[in-house]
Amino acid sequence: MSYLDLLTFARGSALNWALIIFSAGVVLRLFEIFGLGRKADLAKPRATTPGSGWRTIFTRSLPVQGMLKRDPVTYIGGYVFHLGLLFAIFFFAPHIEFFRGLTGLVWPGLPPALVDASVVSAIVALVVLLAHRLNNPVKRMLSGFGDYLAWAATLLPLLTGYLAYHHLLVEYTLMLALHLYSVELLLVLLPFTKLFHTFSVFISRWYNGDIFGRKGVAS
Amino acid sequence: MSATIEKGINSFKEVIDAPIASFFSSCVHCGLCAEACLFYTETGDAQYTPIHKLEPLRRVWQQEYTLLGKVGKALGLSKPVTDAELAEWEPLVYDSCTLCGRCAMVCPVGNDMTYMIRKMREGMAASGHAPEDLVAATTRAITIGSPMGIKWPAVLAQIKHVQAETGIAVPVEREGADYLVLMSSMEIINFPEYLSALSRIFKQAGVSWTLAQDAFEATNSGIQIGASDLAREIVSRIVVAAERLKVKCVISPECGHAFTALRWEGPNLMGRPFSFEVKHILEVLDELHTAGKLRTKGKDQRPLTYHDPCQIARRGGVIEQPRRLLNEIAEDFREMPDAGVMNWCCGGGGGVSANSRAEPLRLQSFKYKKGQIEATGTQTLITACANCRIVMEEGLEHYHMKVEVIGLTELLAEYLVEEEKT
Repeated sequence: MSYLDLLTFARGSALNWALIIFSAGVVLRLFEIFGLGRKADLAKPRATTPGSGWRTIFTRSLPVQGMLKRDPVTYIGGYVFHLGLLFAIFFFAPHIEFFRGLTGLVWPGLPPALVDASVVSAIVALVVLLAHRLNNPVKRMLSGFGDYLAWAATLLPLLTGYLAYHHLLVEYTLMLALHLYSVELLLVLLPFTKLFHTFSVFISRWYNGDIFGRKGVAS
Repeated sequence: MSATIEKGINSFKEVIDAPIASFFSSCVHCGLCAEACLFYTETGDAQYTPIHKLEPLRRVWQQEYTLLGKVGKALGLSKPVTDAELAEWEPLVYDSCTLCGRCAMVCPVGNDMTYMIRKMREGMAASGHAPEDLVAATTRAITIGSPMGIKWPAVLAQIKHVQAETGIAVPVEREGADYLVLMSSMEIINFPEYLSALSRIFKQAGVSWTLAQDAFEATNSGIQIGASDLAREIVSRIVVAAERLKVKCVISPECGHAFTALRWEGPNLMGRPFSFEVKHILEVLDELHTAGKLRTKGKDQRPLTYHDPCQIARRGGVIEQPRRLLNEIAEDFREMPDAGVMNWCCGGGGGVSANSRAEPLRLQSFKYKKGQIEATGTQTLITACANCRIVMEEGLEHYHMKVEVIGLTELLAEYLVEEEKT
């Protein structure tokens, strides 16, 4: 099997299967959450607070007063990683082309140098966050196999993408194939690991905002 | 009603709902909740990380309500939650969580750990892993009518005392009154000033109010221990009395969890909305003040600060009211760092103060409050929860601090314009 065959398979059947598992997994997990339902709150809310849940989805992206200095590594590392990843996935011209093929939608990309910098920043942030996870007693205690698996599965697409773009280490075709396989691995793992927070974060933040909002507190 | 691990696990399964499933699904193990918890910040012990306290509940969720977890369980790959494990977790769930809700405000993915701990305690109690002292307090609340074993004659004695002191009749069982006043055991035993202050304030404001013989106790250890059936029984006494006396509003006293029990959990425990309103005393006082019915004279010259009880502020939404009232009667009111919704707990809420086993940890964790008070440079601490008050008084004594703790209602009564001549 040549590198090209590997790439062809990665772009074809493997990608299709990964997308199917990803989509089905996400739908299943959403059903698992919403299927449990919740009882109606019979306590009269303090004020009608339409949108308190939606508001928290946004406001919770910022640290509460005093928290940034309690754990700057987690906050800053978290921002750098998430923004870097976002830029890399959605604003790299070849990726936009890929999404156009999938959905027909097009949007402007960022200059390659900026995407490149954001990828490097994201990789550095991931490494720093791993070191922090291993050193911080709380994080170390909370961490298990799933955390390290999620970390590796997130790092690989960034790393292989960077290496492929710069034609480093191995032949471009092979690296591109590896990049695609790593993305597919990430897609398959996402619904079934903590990476599912990509979706569930909107739900949990909404509930948090709703619970506090009914009591008249903006959370 | 013997407690068994099966009952505990079943109870865990029952309480897990969509919010809890979304919370566990979202947790990325960042550990930031630990930084918001005074039991962690003051001990540095990782086991006090809020989300870690929920680990048995999380495993039940995973094994029962996720496909992967069910497969793992069927293949015998997952670790079942055992009785010994719940025994090990008991101090984490009860001794080191005051249900203060600070972690729920900082979690980046929006997990409400307090919501989960409250529910997890249902399973802990059902499996026989609730602290002895809380079990005893709840038993007293059910059999005697008050967690501290107080009966109506003790209240009556206090009423007589207040009447003699103030010359104001304390109304009892007055049908059609606007307000039904409740008290906490702590106020009946330790802080009789509360009833006296209320009598004077309500007289001046012309408020129609009453006490009820069979529903004077506002506290509800059922919600602290995590026994909804008992919590319902305790809260139903108040509901029955309020409906019998046809009051428009029930006033929750200066007590944090009593407000949560009645205002937020009450209708859900009863399974129906209330026909009357529930307000915290600070809300009522603020309304009277805004309406011009509560007139004060002079200002307290002492530098003073205010401790926000968690269940009143962060979990209750009563934040501006005490500040408006304090600014009216205090010349030098100073806010603590993180005051308001992000205030730090006294360390004794959620049943911790009633749990003697937790005392050393509680006193150690009080260091944070100590620092907050010291930062204001005041020696007068105002609050609106009798439990916070006693917990802080003990903490202040433990650390040899000369700080006086006063209830806001009581302070307000000191500056009341009384016996106005017209």
